[in-house]
Amino acid sequence: MTRRARLTVDPIACDGRGLCAELLPELVSLDDWGFPIITDADVPARLRSEAAAVARLCPRLALRLERASG
Amino acid sequence: MVSTQWLWFISRGSGLVLLVLLTAVMVLGTATRLGWAPPRWPRFVAAELHRSLALFAVALLGLHVLTAIADPYVSIGWAATAVPFLSPYQTAAIGLGTLAVDLGGAVLLTSLVRHRLGLRAWRAVHWLAYLAWPAAFGHALSAGGGDLRIGWVAAVIWGSAAAVAAAAAARLAAAVAARTRSAPRPHRQARRELRGAHR
Amino acid sequence: MSPGSGIACPVATRPRLLPDVAGLGAVALRGHLARHGARPPCAGDWQRRQRLIGEVENAGLTGRGGAGFPTAKKLRTLAAGRRAPQVIANGVEGEPASDKDKVLLSRTPHLVIDGAVSAAELTGATEAVIVAHPAAYQAVRAAARERRAAGYDQVPVRVLEAADGFTAGEASAVLRWTERRVPAPTGRPPRLGSLGHRPALVQNVETLAHLALIMRHGASWFQSAGTPAEPGTMLVTLLGAVRRPGVYEIEPGMPVSGLLDLAGGPAQPPGALLIGGYFGTWAAAADALDLPFSAAGLSPLGARPGAGIVAVLPSSTCGLAETARLTRYLASSSAGQCGPCVFGLDAIARELERAAAGGSGDITRVRGWLRDVTGRGACHHPDGTALMAGSALRVFRDEIGLHSRGRCSATRSAGVLPIPELPS
Repeated sequence: MTRRARLTVDPIACDGRGLCAELLPELVSLDDWGFPIITDADVPARLRSEAAAVARLCPRLALRLERASG
Repeated sequence: MVSTQWLWFISRGSGLVLLVLLTAVMVLGTATRLGWAPPRWPRFVAAELHRSLALFAVALLGLHVLTAIADPYVSIGWAATAVPFLSPYQTAAIGLGTLAVDLGGAVLLTSLVRHRLGLRAWRAVHWLAYLAWPAAFGHALSAGGGDLRIGWVAAVIWGSAAAVAAAAAARLAAAVAARTRSAPRPHRQARRELRGAHR
Repeated sequence: MSPGSGIACPVATRPRLLPDVAGLGAVALRGHLARHGARPPCAGDWQRRQRLIGEVENAGLTGRGGAGFPTAKKLRTLAAGRRAPQVIANGVEGEPASDKDKVLLSRTPHLVIDGAVSAAELTGATEAVIVAHPAAYQAVRAAARERRAAGYDQVPVRVLEAADGFTAGEASAVLRWTERRVPAPTGRPPRLGSLGHRPALVQNVETLAHLALIMRHGASWFQSAGTPAEPGTMLVTLLGAVRRPGVYEIEPGMPVSGLLDLAGGPAQPPGALLIGGYFGTWAAAADALDLPFSAAGLSPLGARPGAGIVAVLPSSTCGLAETARLTRYLASSSAGQCGPCVFGLDAIARELERAAAGGSGDITRVRGWLRDVTGRGACHHPDGTALMAGSALRVFRDEIGLHSRGRCSATRSAGVLPIPELPS
């Protein structure tokens, strides 16, 4: 049983810096004002380490990678 | 037997490289915050480089401090590596260096656990970087001694100062601009009379 | 009989919540006790409290703040928590079009306080806080003082004046206001409490008033009004082009035209209705008037009763212009915490203003933005605005076409919806 992970953004902390969309374009795109749209919250296994890096790097600590039961 | 001259050279050499490294860390940190990036460089490069160089600087700092302590010609003492202004040798100069390490250390340690600390606490401590770098610079000026008369050394030191000053000015300008920009505010509602309760 | 719901409900012969006597003063404690009787105590051991919550569950009481969440569920969750919660009565009513909570608090504050104290006893809370709109604050404060002097309540009751602003009435914003005087949503449901603080039961004041009556008269009594799916009575605010705008108490299922008649009927031929409030849905009057005013009855329009607001736009007024005014107000009312709300709503408002002024707004882009802002804020402010604006794009499609050709069907330019003065 693979454990799935969910990528979520805290909209209050987020400031539209855009690092997440650069690092993870497969899952994160930017709206017309530079704020992230997480196109698919479920993170596939192959992108897990990228998603973790993105959550770590966000300068506003706005991204969270949570483990969800698969 | 290792000539103690080498300890002296390594200590001073590593000190100069450290200053350059820490300058780069400051500039990259400001660049990350302000969203600068050279064309075709993704923004995360500045963020990652800022982090990596800071960690590398810790390693180099170890070398810088150890060679200074181990040098038999100057007595600094282990206590002075942690608490500022305890060194019998060049008390003020070394003290500034220790101060820089203490402040920078706080910045670094909080950054390593920032997800647990939360954004506000982490940011508050991170501002200390703007005190840590001047302390390191003051240490370089006062402990650098004769090296500062060498042309290229002086160029590096003052060039670093210029770079950090520019970064700090840019950061200040951005803070002022953010405050004066009319951000949307919760709407102030005028008090209204009741419209009456009919049935 | 109206189609669909199968029930044509006349207005309750006697309102349950609103006072019998018309007038503007608050009903004092003595008058309140004379009409409703004493408040039955709800404290007791676990089994007794669970039984009483079961009565609320059987009654089918749902929140009257707009979301319609089952009240018993909230009561059970907080009663079962590890920490003693706090009860917060939400009488902020940040929406300018709504008056029901102000009226309820100003006319019959004791009924609301009864409900808050009952909820506190049911959940084991140590305190009940009534957050009152400034217009009703004095009346509620006086009522609380009256009760304190009489030693009436076992649970301490505190009254707080609400903050201004549209988002100040959101549940997590009310909680944050009571704890830290910041009237902005937190993105965290109040039942979880803020960090270090107690969990909170935040309930609309009308819901608490109904709760107070259910504790007196029971579930069957509550269900003797309204529809089986939507029992009880509800307060509605009627405004705009009706002869007697104001707050009325109705039974869900009543036809929309009946609501307008209660308010004296339309003052001018109605063109469109905004149903449910500023986060509600626009509908052409012709489509809406015959439908029952209930969640089931209004669903063909994609509308819901919400917090019971019906604004009537006369056909002589431009619906597109009203929508643009309203969207601009909602955009400026953002708490300013989330990018998509701050920037998205502003962009949407700007395009609608352009379209209303006779230029061509880029409606395709607006549709994209409506999707973009939905679900991407810490609260439902962008979602509600997007819903309202989206319904306007549907209902006023012809008007938009006219405007893009430099024309307008309206004959009067004054706005109808109450929109507070925007700060310069």
